[in-house]
Amino acid sequence: MSETPQVTRPLRTPLHGFHVERGARLVTFAGYEMPVQYPTGILTEHLHIRVAAGLFDVSHMGQIAIYPMSGRLEDAARALETLVPVDVIGISEGRQRYALFTNAIGGILDDLIVANHGDHLLLIVNAACKAADLAHLLRHVGETCKIDPLPDRALIALQGPLAEAALVRLAPPIRTMRFMDVRTLQILGATCEVSRSGYTGEDGFEISIAADRVDALAHALCEDNSMMPIGLGARDSLRLEAGLCLYGSDLGPETTPVMASLEWAIQNVRRAGGSRAGDFPGAEVILRQLVDGAPQRRVGLKVDDRVPVRGSAKLYPDEISASSIGTITSGGFGPTVQAPIAMGYIDKALVTTGTRIFGEVRGKRVALRVCDLPFVPHRYKRNRN
Amino acid sequence: MLKFTDDHEWLRVEEDIATVGITDYAQKQLGDLVFVELPAPGAKAEKGTAAAVVESVKAASDVYAPVSGEVTEINQAIVDEPALVNRDPMGKGWFFKIKMLDPSQLDGLLDEKAYQAMIA
Repeated sequence: MSETPQVTRPLRTPLHGFHVERGARLVTFAGYEMPVQYPTGILTEHLHIRVAAGLFDVSHMGQIAIYPMSGRLEDAARALETLVPVDVIGISEGRQRYALFTNAIGGILDDLIVANHGDHLLLIVNAACKAADLAHLLRHVGETCKIDPLPDRALIALQGPLAEAALVRLAPPIRTMRFMDVRTLQILGATCEVSRSGYTGEDGFEISIAADRVDALAHALCEDNSMMPIGLGARDSLRLEAGLCLYGSDLGPETTPVMASLEWAIQNVRRAGGSRAGDFPGAEVILRQLVDGAPQRRVGLKVDDRVPVRGSAKLYPDEISASSIGTITSGGFGPTVQAPIAMGYIDKALVTTGTRIFGEVRGKRVALRVCDLPFVPHRYKRNRN
Repeated sequence: MLKFTDDHEWLRVEEDIATVGITDYAQKQLGDLVFVELPAPGAKAEKGTAAAVVESVKAASDVYAPVSGEVTEINQAIVDEPALVNRDPMGKGWFFKIKMLDPSQLDGLLDEKAYQAMIA
């Protein structure tokens, strides 16, 4: 095992004491000391989310508020639309949407969530990208918007079929929220921005709360017998089963939204023929690929054998060919499906479901089959009570 | 005789046969195992080189041959059920047996006391 030299001491989230108290194994991730797992282990944590409920500390992620200087939220939405191929103006108050910062070649600088909180937009961005995202926003929309990073706010995610039951005791109004709703709620006397969303494929909530109030909230939530703290290890295997992308592995500055099979994130109004078509970085490439397709595409892959095929494994059309037709970007064992699963980019011609290809693991070719995503069906709460 | 390596393998030696596995400390560090790949019986093992592979949910790791020799037997049970290594690493979770070429290689390995001191 090789260790990257530690130049600076890793940062800690406001839940550091909570993690230590619960016996977490801590690792450095995106500059933060984060729990990779608690004593029960990744498999147990993973399976617990699918049947009960769990609490994730995701306070390392960036939270950025955008206020329109004009006081009209549509102006902030319009400004943000110059950086993302997404219909931001169309996000109603109390709703949020998945978005992508793109670059001039149509690649992805980060993936993020944009929520409409009435007088401002709240962006949730990846930890490793947050400094760059902030600079990007200041440079490009700083003239018309006040860009307000929120380093004093913690973020926790509650996920799993029993998450609603655990949270409703502390915050009764969450019962009427549906997938991708956002609400400002008082929880244990603290003002929280709550969304019904997550990164596991299950129903659940993400709660932004003042850093000095999150420890009390985490403890109160864990008094519920169904609630278990869950580390980043299970977060990764859960999102892989849900077919969700991890920035830095599945997405990067050279992967376009079409390559990444994220066309659904680009609403018609921003596509060719739409009333606000284009006018975002890389529009020429992305709008063309929306029509013609991209040379490579992200697909799900199931392994015929039991050996996990992991990120950066090269893909081949057969057992002997020397020319690679793609690369695995995320791979591992799926505890719910009880089998190795992976996502990767492969040549356009091979994306048909069921196509047999091969991945190289320790010098041997392992048979894989292109499959539909997700590996485990999403169970979002899409309808209102 | 029970010996240990600083790569967290253990060996139980009876005459010229060494039964090899990974320590309890190693299985805890690795976490829940989901895949084990063992050498073929009859394969040559060379001290310090990778002889088996274990994979947890998160990552793959090599298991090294602690002595040189020939693999005489493998534990198919851990291939069928990798969790056995987590449950009983020093017992039913053994990996393979090596017929040693040079038993003097054992002299360079740790005894239980030295190993416990290393991981403490």
